[in-house]
Amino acid sequence: MLDSRLFTLIFAGLFDGRGSVAFFAFDRLGDGPNMLKQVAPRLTPEQYEKNFSDINPPLTQSQALEEGSRCLFCYDAPCIKACPTEINVPQFIRQIGTGNVTGAATTILNANIMGHSCARVCPTSVLCEGACVLNYENKRPVDIGKLQRYAVDSVMDTLKLFEPPADNGKKVALIGAGPASLSCATELRRHGYQVTIFDANPLPGGLDTYGIAAYKLRASDAVREIELVRRLGVEIKSNVLVGKDATLVELEKNYDAIFIGIGLGGTDDLGIPGEDLEGCIDALTFIRETKENPFDKVLIGNKVAVIGGGNTAIDVVTAAHRLGAEEVYMIYRRGEAEASAFKYEIELAKKDEISFIWQAAPAKILGRGKVESLECVKTMLGPADASGRRSPQNISGSEFRLDVDMVIKALGQSKKTEFLQSISGMKLEKGRVVVNAETCQTANPKYFAGGDCVNGGGEVVDAVAHGKKAAAGIHAHLAGKAANMRGTHA
Amino acid sequence: MPDISVNFCGVKSPNPFWLGSGPPANTAYQVMRAFDAGWGGAVWKTIGEPIMNVSSRYGSIDYKNERMIGLNNIELISDRPIETNFTEITEVKKKYPKNVVVASLMVESKQTTWHEIVKRTNDSGADLIELNFGCPHGMSERGMGAAVGQVPEYAGMITAWVKEVAKIPVIVKLTPNVTDIAHMAATVNAAGADAVSLINTINSLVGVDLDTWVPRPIVGGASSHGGYCGPAVKPIALNMVASVSHHPKVNIPISGIGGIGNWRDAVEFMLLGSTSVQVCTAAMHYGFRIVEDMAEGLNNYLAEKGMQSAMELVGKSVNKVKDWGDLNLNYKVIAKIDPEKCIGCNLCYIACEDGAHQCITAAPRPFGDLREGTPAKHMPQIKEDHCVGCNLCALVCPVPQCITMQEIDTGRPPMNWRQLQESRGKNPTCSMDELLAKGASTH
Ligand SMILES: Cc1cc2nc3c(=O)[nH]c(=O)nc-3n(C[C@H](O)[C@H](O)[C@H](O)COP(=O)(O)OP(=O)(O)OC[C@H]3O[C@@H](n4cnc5c(N)ncnc54)[C@H](O)[C@@H]3O)c2cc1C
Ligand SMILES: Cc1cc2nc3c(=O)[nH]c(=O)nc-3n(C[C@H](O)[C@H](O)[C@H](O)COP(=O)(O)O)c2cc1C
Ligand code: SF4
Ligand code: SF4
Ligand code: SF4
Repeated sequence: MLDSRLFTLIFAGLFDGRGSVAFFAFDRLGDGPNMLKQVAPRLTPEQYEKNFSDINPPLTQSQALEEGSRCLFCYDAPCIKACPTEINVPQFIRQIGTGNVTGAATTILNANIMGHSCARVCPTSVLCEGACVLNYENKRPVDIGKLQRYAVDSVMDTLKLFEPPADNGKKVALIGAGPASLSCATELRRHGYQVTIFDANPLPGGLDTYGIAAYKLRASDAVREIELVRRLGVEIKSNVLVGKDATLVELEKNYDAIFIGIGLGGTDDLGIPGEDLEGCIDALTFIRETKENPFDKVLIGNKVAVIGGGNTAIDVVTAAHRLGAEEVYMIYRRGEAEASAFKYEIELAKKDEISFIWQAAPAKILGRGKVESLECVKTMLGPADASGRRSPQNISGSEFRLDVDMVIKALGQSKKTEFLQSISGMKLEKGRVVVNAETCQTANPKYFAGGDCVNGGGEVVDAVAHGKKAAAGIHAHLAGKAANMRGTHA
Repeated sequence: MPDISVNFCGVKSPNPFWLGSGPPANTAYQVMRAFDAGWGGAVWKTIGEPIMNVSSRYGSIDYKNERMIGLNNIELISDRPIETNFTEITEVKKKYPKNVVVASLMVESKQTTWHEIVKRTNDSGADLIELNFGCPHGMSERGMGAAVGQVPEYAGMITAWVKEVAKIPVIVKLTPNVTDIAHMAATVNAAGADAVSLINTINSLVGVDLDTWVPRPIVGGASSHGGYCGPAVKPIALNMVASVSHHPKVNIPISGIGGIGNWRDAVEFMLLGSTSVQVCTAAMHYGFRIVEDMAEGLNNYLAEKGMQSAMELVGKSVNKVKDWGDLNLNYKVIAKIDPEKCIGCNLCYIACEDGAHQCITAAPRPFGDLREGTPAKHMPQIKEDHCVGCNLCALVCPVPQCITMQEIDTGRPPMNWRQLQESRGKNPTCSMDELLAKGASTH
């Protein structure tokens, strides 16, 4: 493992103007020339900026009007039904068209407080845009994501979404300041609850701030968006790890209900020899580096092997390439068709000239103190298992070695089982919190939960939908009213 | 190859496409460029005592991505000296003897003044005269333009004065800002006009600026009503042309104007009785080059229809415009959705539900995204026994040919409203439905 001291960053909540959140970071490249076998050549500042520039640049007004005019204003529109937060898409697009951009943003944010980040990070081709009726005519669907961004961006810094009613005297604590909690907190403010969010990280936003690829969403934009939530009177306490800095007992005593939006943990280990060598790191740690440091301060090998076949693996290979690594491998046990990454994400990685090694598994990482090479073995797909998925089997004697400087593990994220089990009465299934599908209430009636810790890892928009649902569930529980599932179906 | 030339009042034009009187036909330079591009004729920007214009002068209506679907102007007639215009007309006719040049005229309502300018026109080489009795703004405040065209007696009188000295055919250009344009056409016909042209622009205020609260176009913090034209006015113009064609006391050729931008528009005007057509806004919007497709499109259309000459088109649809009372009440169509083409937008449903007769059903759409598999196409259904056949759904459906109106055999002989009234008189005890069931032939 890398020296943990070198990872210690001191935050002052300042941004360096390029979107990353570094206040001060060691120059690990100069500091530890022997930490990696070979580091990637440094790029010019302009080149880094270009490589990590918005993958979906914003629309100009005239582009927005032209694109918006393609929307048919469907009735009971399928795009609404395919959005987990049920944003009234035709309505907000029409509002852009009439010049009522504030109204458009309000339509969006009333349904989805994270409308700004969702507009940039949602896999729209399987959500709203995938459902757009224009697809049936083999036409390009309306670019809903970009229009959503157009509407929200223009008023985000000034809009006060609603005037919260007088305090109703009840208090709710939310653990984790990711999309699930932020959404839940917003909805609770509509009913006059006093809400406090606790988060272990220096900055709020959860994976929005620390996990999502920088070319989709910069940390600074994620944090900017959260100001919208704060303006509604939501208190966010950062640097508080619940379980250590604050105890569950304290929270239970001081709050009427508790929402768990803790997300998932780091990536799973590979379980192969050599994982402890310098230069073998976990995907989330790596991505977090790209989000909180200037790009030229991120430690990156010249030849990088990334293990995994999901969207996280794609984010890692593209980031490694954009940071200047000259050879980037993506190694996955199954074939391309079986990879869980969205097709458009794989296409994105192909454009970045990533070397895909399908049907191969890492066997051991070799090196003296630091990663020097990775030994892999070829696999073939065996018969389908109980879940219907064909599990890969190693082909003995097919071992091969890749000369690499870094190995990044991008397997599934681990569950925060230990913390969750410390809550009395909590029921888990495969590490996921079991909740009532209508109310998001857990087996312990005081606790509600949503987001990745419930669905095992979804999208930001799913976490937002859960947050809304949970708020309705909490309100029903505390105010004794029937839960009003205002527009969610996640 | 069909012949697209037309004969208008004995004047041959290489094709029916003329530039209307307006900015595109302001100078010899422009008119010659237009003839080079392929225009058959041009009606010169109205000639009269030179005026002064204001700035700005135009306002427009945009619709979604389309600019200028309606144009409004507060411009007056030519701002160039009378003599310059006539010298240029002579020059153009010399260089382009086969193209039609029409001199558009407007002077104060005095017999001697009119005589003077018509005589000058006779000598210019112009093929035709057009009397501008239509300009709805500015000139009308000075007793010209629409001020003449809105009073049948004045229009007839001035037409007669002009005819006293004119040696070439005289077209009277009519204003649409009247109650009955066909009556006006009949009046000038009786006064000796050789042809009419219509429509001139329609009185309009094109919009109000929401920040300054000044209507557009803005002239130093104020505006004035203007004349409306462009694609938006075409249906109004078509109806006016048809009504003039129908009028029993109009027997002179028509030059159709209003929102024409392509050969299809032109053919529609011709079918309703125009021998030539005039274009202003479209040429202002896109330039003279649009005529290339107009000529080629017309040519191909005639060939497809097996017609020899564009003249065969003139008036073909006039008799198909009937009084409402002559329409068959026993004819019935209902909407049919093609499930292959339907994209499930539900626009037909909501249009019929809120805006028509509640004859379409649509189940609530289920929730779900593509991560849960491809959702089944969600399609509304027509309640066929309820559908009144109004067309609304077919008009709102965004997919071409997806909703078609299909004829239903009602088993009833034709009967129109007039016949129904007669039949009611003869059979006072029968219900309407019984009478309709019998049809017109039985009483
Ligand atoms: C690499 C990567 C890329 C992704 N890309 C996309 C994408 O492009 N589009 C998309 O829609 N989704 C993407 N996702 C998924 C998305 O980020 C998550 O679904 C979403 O952030 C889940 O929100 P959440 O609120 O449930 O949890 P998180 O965002 O994970 O937030 C949980 C928060 O809880 C805090 N926390 C945890 N335990 C404690 C504790 N005990 N005490 C205090 N605080 C605690 C954490 O510090 C964290 O801030 C990506 C995920 C990853 C890992
Ligand atoms: C800017 C402008 C100026 C015009 N000037 C005249 C004119 O001087 N004399 C005239 O008879 N008609 C004038 N017209 C009316 C046009 O000749 C024509 O009748 C009307 O615009 C409808 O045709 P369109 O829809 O093709 O433009 C003018 C129109 C416009 C837009
Ligand atoms: S939140 Fe995401 S899924 Fe919903 S409309 Fe916006 S972009 Fe589409
Ligand atoms: S489905 Fe497409 S066209 Fe219809 S409302 Fe949604 S975005 Fe507009
Ligand atoms: S309007 Fe047309 S495409 Fe839309 S649902 Fe109706 S029939 Fe289908």
